[in-house]
Amino acid sequence: MSSRIRAIAFNTFREAVRDRVLYNLVFFALLLVALAPLLGQISAGVQRVLLINLSLSAISIFGTLIAIFLGISLVSKEIERRTLYPVLARPVARGEFIVGKYFGLAGTLLVNTGAMSAGFYLAVFLMTGRLGRSDANVLIAIYFILLQFLVIIGLALLFSSFSSAMLSALFAFSLFVAGTFAGDLRGFAQSVHGPQSWLASITSYVIPNLASLNVITRVAHDQFISAELVGYNTLYALLYTGVAVSGAALIFSRRNLK
Amino acid sequence: MPAVEILGLEKTYTVGFWRKTEKIGLKSLTLEVHPGEVFGFLGPNGAGKTTTLKLLMGLIFPTAGTARILDQDWRSPWVRSRIGFLPEQPYFYDYLTPSELLDYYGTLSGVSAADRRLRIPKLLERVGLAEQARVQLRKFSKGMLQRVGIAQAVLHEPEIVFLDEPMSGLDPVGRREVRDFIQSLNREGKTIFFSTHILSDAEALCDRVAVLHRGELRGVGVVAELVSRKHGRVEVVWQGTSALPMMKALGAECHLAGEVARAAMDEARLEEALAALRARQARVISVNPIGGSLEEYFLEKLGETVEVRS
Repeated sequence: MSSRIRAIAFNTFREAVRDRVLYNLVFFALLLVALAPLLGQISAGVQRVLLINLSLSAISIFGTLIAIFLGISLVSKEIERRTLYPVLARPVARGEFIVGKYFGLAGTLLVNTGAMSAGFYLAVFLMTGRLGRSDANVLIAIYFILLQFLVIIGLALLFSSFSSAMLSALFAFSLFVAGTFAGDLRGFAQSVHGPQSWLASITSYVIPNLASLNVITRVAHDQFISAELVGYNTLYALLYTGVAVSGAALIFSRRNLK
Repeated sequence: MPAVEILGLEKTYTVGFWRKTEKIGLKSLTLEVHPGEVFGFLGPNGAGKTTTLKLLMGLIFPTAGTARILDQDWRSPWVRSRIGFLPEQPYFYDYLTPSELLDYYGTLSGVSAADRRLRIPKLLERVGLAEQARVQLRKFSKGMLQRVGIAQAVLHEPEIVFLDEPMSGLDPVGRREVRDFIQSLNREGKTIFFSTHILSDAEALCDRVAVLHRGELRGVGVVAELVSRKHGRVEVVWQGTSALPMMKALGAECHLAGEVARAAMDEARLEEALAALRARQARVISVNPIGGSLEEYFLEKLGETVEVRS
C-alpha cells in the first residue's frame, strides 16, 4: 500500500474516531450488549442463545448503520466542503483517494467490531463464568459480519462516487435490505419460469448475497460452520467489494468536481 | 521555458436535467506565466478565474485544450509535487490541528517524515500560528484558516504557487499579512499565479496581469507599463484663483479647493498654460502627467466606460 493511501486511510479513521455520531452508535451497541445478560435471566435456559443473537445482531445493525452513514459521506462530504481540493491538487490519483477512504472506514469498523465483540465476550464471561470452545465458534459469525461491512462500505462508496449523500444512503440501504433476502430471491427465481425467472435470477446475483453471511442463529445453536462456507464467503465478499471499489474509483476518476 | 503555458483550454458545462443547455465556463484560453513572476488573474465574479484554476489543478476536466506546467503535462504527478494550491475560501478538516493537517498534506506531497518534522513548526511560526499548532481548526477564524491554507500550499516547497482569491473575505490586517507573505514567497524565487477581483492587491503585487471576463481572456499586460500609461494629459496645481477663466479657455477641467486650484488638460497646451499662470503671478505647485491605473485598464478590457480622472 502506498504511503498516500495509508495517509488517507489513517485520516479517514481519525475522522471517524473524532466523530460524535460514531460514539453514539457505539454507545448504543455496547448498551445492548450490556443488557443481554439481564434479558437472559428473564428467559431461563436460553440465556446464551439469546445473548448471542441479541449481541451479534446489535453489532451487525449498528456496524451496518456506521458503514452506510459514514460510507456515503466519504466522498460527497469532501466534495461538498471542498476539502478534497488540496488533496487532489497533490500527486494523489483519484483511485488512491477512493481506496484510502475504503481502508480507513474498513479499519474503523474493524476496531469498532473488535470493541463490541470484546464487550460480548465479557458479557458471556459474566453470565457463564467461563469462555468455552463453543464460544470461539461465534468468532466465525463475527468474521462474517465484518465481511458484510466490507461489502456495504464498498457499495456506499460506489454510490457516493456519483450521487448525493441522501441518494447514496437510500441506494445503499435498499441494497442492504435486498441483500438480506438474496437467498429467498434465488429460491423464487427457481420456482418461476420465463422472463420473471431471468429477472429474479439476475437481480439475485447483482445484489450482495448478505443472507449467506448471516450465521448468527446457527452459531447461537452451536451448529457447525464448514470451512468451505468460510472460504466461499471470504472470496465472495472480497470479489464483490473489489468490483464495487473499482467501479467507485472509475466513476470518480472521470467526475468533475463542483 | 514558461512556468505555466495554457494552450486553448476550454470548459463548457451542461446544465439542466430534462432540457440540457450548454454554459460556457471558459472560452479557449491561451496564456503564459513566466518563471519567477507574480501573475495576477483578474476578473469580476463569474469571469472564469476559479474554473481556470480548477482545470489546472485537475479538479475538473477541460472540454478542449491543454496546458504545460514546468514544461510537463499539467496532469502529471511530477507536476503535482512541484506546485502548491490554495483554493478559494478554503475549508480544511476541522477535526485536525494545523500540525496534523500539514503532516497529512506533506505525506500526500511526498515530503519525508524527517522533513515534515523539520518544516512544519518553522512554517507555522512563519504564518504566525506556532501557538495554535495543537488547536483544532474548528476553533480558527477565517484569517487563521487562510494562513493555514497558505502554509499547506507551500509546505512541500513548490516552484509555482496557485492562489485562488487569497485575500477574499479578510480584514485589512489579514490582507496585508497575506500580501507580505506572497511577496516573500516571490523573493524566494517562487512563481505566483493568483486570481483576484481586488485590483489594489493586484497592482501592489503583480508583475503582469490578465483580465478575464465572461470566460474570455480580454488582455494581458505588464502592471508597471499599465500604471504609467500616459494619456497625453497633465495635471497642473497652482495657488490663486485669477488664472481660472484663462485655464478653462485652454480647455482644462478645473477644480478649486480654497486657494488651491488644479486643472487637467492636454499636454500640448501646457506651455501656454504655464505662461498664462506666470503672467498672472500664480504660484505653480506641481505639474504631473496623468497616468493610467490598473482599474482603468481593467474596466477598459471589460468594455466599460472609462472616465479619465481629473
